[in-house]
Amino acid sequence: MRLPCPICGERDRREFYYQGDAVALDRPARDAGGAAWDDYLHNRDNPAGETRDLWHHAAGCGAWIVVTRDTVTHAVSGAKLVGAKR
Amino acid sequence: MARLIATTPCAGLLPLAIGSVTVTEVDAGPVTLIAPYDGAQKATSDALKAAVGVGFPAPNRTLGQTQGKRPRIVWCGMGQAVLMGADCPDLPQAAVVDQSDAWAIVRIDGADAAAVLARLTPIDLRDSQFKRGHTARTLVAHMTVSVTRVGAQTYEVMAMRSMAGTLVHDLEQAAKNVAARAALA
Ligand SMILES: [Zn+2]
Repeated sequence: MRLPCPICGERDRREFYYQGDAVALDRPARDAGGAAWDDYLHNRDNPAGETRDLWHHAAGCGAWIVVTRDTVTHAVSGAKLVGAKR
Repeated sequence: MARLIATTPCAGLLPLAIGSVTVTEVDAGPVTLIAPYDGAQKATSDALKAAVGVGFPAPNRTLGQTQGKRPRIVWCGMGQAVLMGADCPDLPQAAVVDQSDAWAIVRIDGADAAAVLARLTPIDLRDSQFKRGHTARTLVAHMTVSVTRVGAQTYEVMAMRSMAGTLVHDLEQAAKNVAARAALA
């Protein structure tokens, strides 16, 4: 598998570390309540189709990226830097 | 008082000459990591250019001379670059760390240099993709390194100093394997 780092270009999967579902970026408000926080911390979908995951370009530029890929076809359709608006 | 003797990271390990490939250590002079603060990349680049003649490089690129101890700068990660061959000027808008003794820097030179590296790194080393002046943060075997193309058949690899022995071992083994295969042909 190759992942398109927005900084380095397309790179081998070995250079990346998997960091889980990109839902981790959507942190609930402090006072969102137990159900929202339980969902955020523990519940993950297992989609047959498009999924958004966090990957760390650990052996590359060091960026965290959100990779969109399809779990059925294995096609990687894109990647964005986390915190790009910064 | 003890007399301390400075040794280079690859002292006693290099040079090597195997098949068509030589591996030599590079004494880059002072090495400084520069990480401009948010929004300060242009200001830092301008200050560098005024002081040492090379600005801050774009991602995956280097600037400056690659021969001798002349100022050059190598991109080495998101928002970071290392300046070599010149003392770092005062850069008030960047984080600056002296890493002169922290890197083992080696050059792999020769007709089979790319073939040797290709056994160790997952990046695309083809001429059309990785040209002189291009650089990459990537792997050599299991080590995180910086790989830079400095000539038509010359590559430079920077690894953490503590990994010097492993780096030389891996390069030596790959060079022997490439030479052995060439001998069969
Ligand atoms: Zn990257």
